[in-house]
Amino acid sequence: MRYHTVIIGAGMSGLAAGIRLAYYEKPVCILERHTTIGGLNSFYRLRGRNYDVGLHAVTNYAPPGTRKGPLAKLLKQLRLRWDDFDLSPQCGSAVEFPGRRLRFNNDFELLSEEVLREFPDQADRFQKLVEYIREFDELDLSQQPVSARSVVGGFLTDPVLVDMLFCPLMFYGSAKPRDMDFSQFCIMFQAIFEQGFARPLAGVRKILKSLTRHFKALGGHLKLRHGVSEIRIEGGRAVGVVLDDGTEIEADNVLSSAGVVETLRLCPDAAQPDLPPAGEVSFNEAIFMLDRQPAELGHRETIVFYNDAERFHYEPPAEPCDVRSGIICSPNNFEYPDGGQLDEGCLRITSLANPDYWMSLPEPDYIAQKEAWCERMVESALGHTPDFRPHVVETDIFSPRTIRKFTGHIRGAVYGAPEKVLSGETPVENLYLCGTDQGFLGIIGAMLSGITMANNHLLRPVGEATHLAGR
Amino acid sequence: MAPADIRQTILGILERIAPDEDLSDLDDSVAFRDQMELDSMDFLDIVMELRKQHRVQIPESDYEHLVTMDSTVEYLTPLLKDAPAPVS
Repeated sequence: MRYHTVIIGAGMSGLAAGIRLAYYEKPVCILERHTTIGGLNSFYRLRGRNYDVGLHAVTNYAPPGTRKGPLAKLLKQLRLRWDDFDLSPQCGSAVEFPGRRLRFNNDFELLSEEVLREFPDQADRFQKLVEYIREFDELDLSQQPVSARSVVGGFLTDPVLVDMLFCPLMFYGSAKPRDMDFSQFCIMFQAIFEQGFARPLAGVRKILKSLTRHFKALGGHLKLRHGVSEIRIEGGRAVGVVLDDGTEIEADNVLSSAGVVETLRLCPDAAQPDLPPAGEVSFNEAIFMLDRQPAELGHRETIVFYNDAERFHYEPPAEPCDVRSGIICSPNNFEYPDGGQLDEGCLRITSLANPDYWMSLPEPDYIAQKEAWCERMVESALGHTPDFRPHVVETDIFSPRTIRKFTGHIRGAVYGAPEKVLSGETPVENLYLCGTDQGFLGIIGAMLSGITMANNHLLRPVGEATHLAGR
Repeated sequence: MAPADIRQTILGILERIAPDEDLSDLDDSVAFRDQMELDSMDFLDIVMELRKQHRVQIPESDYEHLVTMDSTVEYLTPLLKDAPAPVS
C-alpha cells in the first residue's frame, strides 16, 4: 500500500506526529529499527526489574486542569486526557556548587527566593532576565541562533550564578557544548524552572503506552524491527523508503526523527549537501536499585545537579567520564497520589562521557571500564548524597554506546546535533525532520515537535489538495 | 443542517479540542479567542474536524469567518445546508 506519510522512528516525536496524521485519517506508518518503542526515552527489563532509559523526569509540568502551556497544548492536540500521562509532581530539586546551593521546585517563587538568598546583589538582575525570557518568542521558527551565554551575561554579572542556571538546563537538553542557543535556553528555562518536573509512577512506559494505544486505535500502522536503510528520492522529492531487508514502502511524505545527519545519510548521494556535524554530548549513567527508599537514607531531593569544579564545564571530556559534575536523580522522590511509591529504592547517577572512548572499547574492557568509572562517579556524587552503597541490590550502567543502540545517533549524542533545523525542512522536497534535531526539547518538547511538523507540513490544506489529487 | 445543529456541531468540536473548558456560558457574539485558550493550532483543528466530520473544505482565506460562534454558524450555514443533522 501507499502511505500518505512514513515516519522514521517510534520515539515521542514520531508517535505524536503519527497520532495527528492518523486522527485526520491519513494513511500513516511508523517504522522503528529497534525492538521496542521510545527511542531515547525507552524502557527495558533486566533480571526481573523494570528500568527506564532516558527519562529522569518529564519537564513542563502543569497541574490537572491547566489550560495554558506546552503540556495543555500537547494533550489538546493529541486528544489525550490528563490521566493518560498520569504525572506526579517532583518533591524538590537543587543545584549544588562549591559553597552554594539553589533549591527549586514546581513553584517558581522558590527559585526566586533562593537566588535572593544566595546571590543578593544579583536578585534584581535575575528578575529582569526572567521578564526578558517570558517575553521572548522561543517558538518563532524563523529566528537565527544567538549565544545564550552572551544574552544571560548581559543581565547577570556573577559567573557562578550564570553557571548554576546553565547547569540543569544544559544537562537536560543542550546538544551544544559550552553554550546554548538562546531560544533553547528559554525553552529549557521555562520547562525546568518555571513549569518543573513530574513523572508517572509507572515511568516512561505509561506515556509511551498511551501514545501507542491511541495511535493504533486511530488506524495507524506501527512496525518494530523495521529499520530504514534508504530514503527513496525521485526528481528531488521523497517518494518512499527502503527497509534493511530491501523491501520498499511508498509514501507521499517522509517525516524523520532519526536526526539531521542520520536522515541525510539515508538519502542517495546526489541529494546530499555537505553534512552538518553530528552531536557529541553524551553521558554515562549508573542506575542503582536499593533495598530501601532513598528518603530513608536521607536523600529527599528529586534531582540534584552538582558541580565541584570552580566553573561548570559542559563539553565532551578528554577522560572517559567527567566526574567533576553530575546528576543524581531518584524516581522515588515524586509526590505520587495516595501515598503510592515504587517498590524499590532507585538512584540514577549521570556524568558527561567521551563518546569516542566508549564506542571504541572492545567488549570485555567495555564492561570493566563501565564499572571502574561507575565507582568514580559514585565517589564524586557522595559529596551530594548520603552513602547508599551498602544498600545497593542491583546496578545497571549505560554509556554513549547504549544511546547509539536506542537512538541510532551516530556518536550516541543524547540531545542530537548541535545545530537545530527549526523549520524541519530538508533539501529534499516532502522530506521533513521532527524530534531532537528539529529543536523542541524534553519529552513534552519532542511530542510538540512531532505535532508541529505534522501540522505545518503534512496537514495544511494545500499539501492536502495535492495528496487527494494523487489518489 | 439548520443553524442550531451547526452550533451544536461546533460546540462538539470545541469540547473535543478543549475538554477542560467550560462551554456552558459561551457568548456567541464574542470571539472564541477571547473566551477560551485557542491558538492557531486549534483553529487549524476546527477546520480539520469540520472536514473530517462533514467533508466541508474551508480555504485558508476564509478562516477569518471563524471568529465568533455567530460568524462561524453564518458562514457554515450555506455550506452545510445539505448535511444531515447530528444524531443526538
